[in-house]
Amino acid sequence: MAEVALSSVTKRFGMTTAVSDMKLTIEDGAFVVLLGPTGAGKITTLRLIAGLETPDAGSVAIGGRDMAGLTPAQRDVAMVFQQYSLYPHMTVRENLEFPLKSPILRTPQAEIDRRVGEVAEVLRIPHKLDNKATALSGGEMQRVSIGRALVRDPAVFLMDEPLSSLDAKLRSDLRVELKRIHSDLAATLLYVTHDQVEAMTMASKIGVLHDGRLAQVGTPREVYENPASAYVAARSGSPRINLLPAGLLGDAPDAARTMGLRPEHIVIGDGTEAAVTRVEHLGDQTRLHLRLRDHDVVTLTDSTIPNAGETVRIAPREPLWFDADGSRL
Amino acid sequence: MSAYSISAPTTRSKWVAGILVVTYAIITMIPLIWIILTAFKSPADAISYPPKVVFDPTLEGYVNLFTTRTRISPEALAALPEPDTWYDRIVRQYDMVIAGPSKFGERFVNSVIIGFGSTFLSVFLGTLAAYAFSRFRIPLADDLLFFILSTRMMPPIAVAIPIFLMYRQLGLSDTHLGMILLYTAVNISLAVWLLKGFIDEIPREYEEAALIDGYTRFQAFYKVVLPQAATGIASTAIFCLIFAWNEYAFAVLLTSANAQTAPPFIPTIIGVGGLDWPAVAAGATLFLLPVMIFTVALRNHLLRGITFGAGRK
Repeated sequence: MAEVALSSVTKRFGMTTAVSDMKLTIEDGAFVVLLGPTGAGKITTLRLIAGLETPDAGSVAIGGRDMAGLTPAQRDVAMVFQQYSLYPHMTVRENLEFPLKSPILRTPQAEIDRRVGEVAEVLRIPHKLDNKATALSGGEMQRVSIGRALVRDPAVFLMDEPLSSLDAKLRSDLRVELKRIHSDLAATLLYVTHDQVEAMTMASKIGVLHDGRLAQVGTPREVYENPASAYVAARSGSPRINLLPAGLLGDAPDAARTMGLRPEHIVIGDGTEAAVTRVEHLGDQTRLHLRLRDHDVVTLTDSTIPNAGETVRIAPREPLWFDADGSRL
Repeated sequence: MSAYSISAPTTRSKWVAGILVVTYAIITMIPLIWIILTAFKSPADAISYPPKVVFDPTLEGYVNLFTTRTRISPEALAALPEPDTWYDRIVRQYDMVIAGPSKFGERFVNSVIIGFGSTFLSVFLGTLAAYAFSRFRIPLADDLLFFILSTRMMPPIAVAIPIFLMYRQLGLSDTHLGMILLYTAVNISLAVWLLKGFIDEIPREYEEAALIDGYTRFQAFYKVVLPQAATGIASTAIFCLIFAWNEYAFAVLLTSANAQTAPPFIPTIIGVGGLDWPAVAAGATLFLLPVMIFTVALRNHLLRGITFGAGRK
């Protein structure tokens, strides 16, 4: 396992800049999640580290060694793809053996059998080893594809939304499984997703990407509680943060243009009047959709549950202030 | 995924479909069956009118195909010792003796060398070129592809004269190498275009995964792309072989004593000892076999869509 360092990496495709001046260090043994919408540059970042793309500027170092000019094979990275994850003309066993049999590793057969057996056990697929890769269900395929990374002992694991095509139950199971594998192996892991729940639950650090730039890097708590910008604040938390004009609920700092209010940071009972437009009962929480002076606001309630059409009074608690550029004050 | 009709076919509709298919198959097979039957007829039966469907089968056609024969006088024939082989006996009914083997075997071997040689070369070069066009950023790729295709925009025989002169200069006339190169040149555009389509269908992610798994670009091509392109390679090979195997015009023009293939040879059998239709039919029957065997051998590859199902879209 090793540290991965990106220094001022830029990658352009024609006129578009996919990754811009990216500085990021993934410490040895860290589980870093890159979070951002489609097109933010998450996958390009992964591919730059893997060596599938060459940076236009800046450099990538793994374990302190500059990777410029090295092929993906020479970089000793393992990658899990979002789809097309398994070689369709091979059995599950052949898929798992494939990285170990590479000319770079040339693992002895006894060692291959041991490692494949172990990984199959961890992923609960030992009975499927001699199936054709195409004969598996979607969840099994994705487990095998994670397994193909796990049979190796690479410098870093790169994962490109490996869980996005799975159903909710399997996804939450595998989230726990990945987290466990990460701590068992003390692996360095870079994980790309647009799903903030995956980011919040698994990451030791989250990097939020915005248009090819790193908007913020920090622990899940830091990113949630102390977002650097309105953009970062909006990428974490469910329901999303309410972004309202600064003066809507009373006094605001001079430079503030936008007030960010987490749904749980709205106190019901006192303050400004708002109309309840909709009530969502989710079991563990109840969401109130409010109309406040031509703005939609979402909040949570546990004690008083009003009906739609009623009016409640609300007040902000610990609002986040953002300036005209969306930066935090 | 296969498509299913909403209602299951009834027994009656299956029968109707079955009869239609069998009827169509029989109609298209009649010329083929007629050639195979004619090969086992005597020359008299072969030209009798109305045509004979029931006849005494004989191997005369095959004997005449593989031998050259000389007519001798009945006295000389009577003076010879008793024939000791079945084919000697067949030939002597007509007051003839076997003078030696015919050229058919040699011509057939030429066809095999040239047909399979050019098929291998077309598919080999075509696969490499198609992979490059499919995966790498090549300057003017579209123009190059159009240029490659443009070699098919006229009948190949239109360039017969220049090729004839060129081959005479280069010493490629009437050589196996010359014919292999010529058929490869004609087939390569087909091979590149067909194979590019097949390789485009294979997601790049598989190769990228192999690169990361520790393989070189060439190993990834060999271990991951080629097996998945097997279907395309097999069907391309069949098309190339059929063209090279059946080609007549260039073979007549450019080959004679040394590298002549079977197609220009078979019609010349007619001239040896009268209109010997059974021998021609026997030659045609044997000539059909390699392509049939090749097609049947690759049939599984043609039908099996091995790339389907592993990736989820």
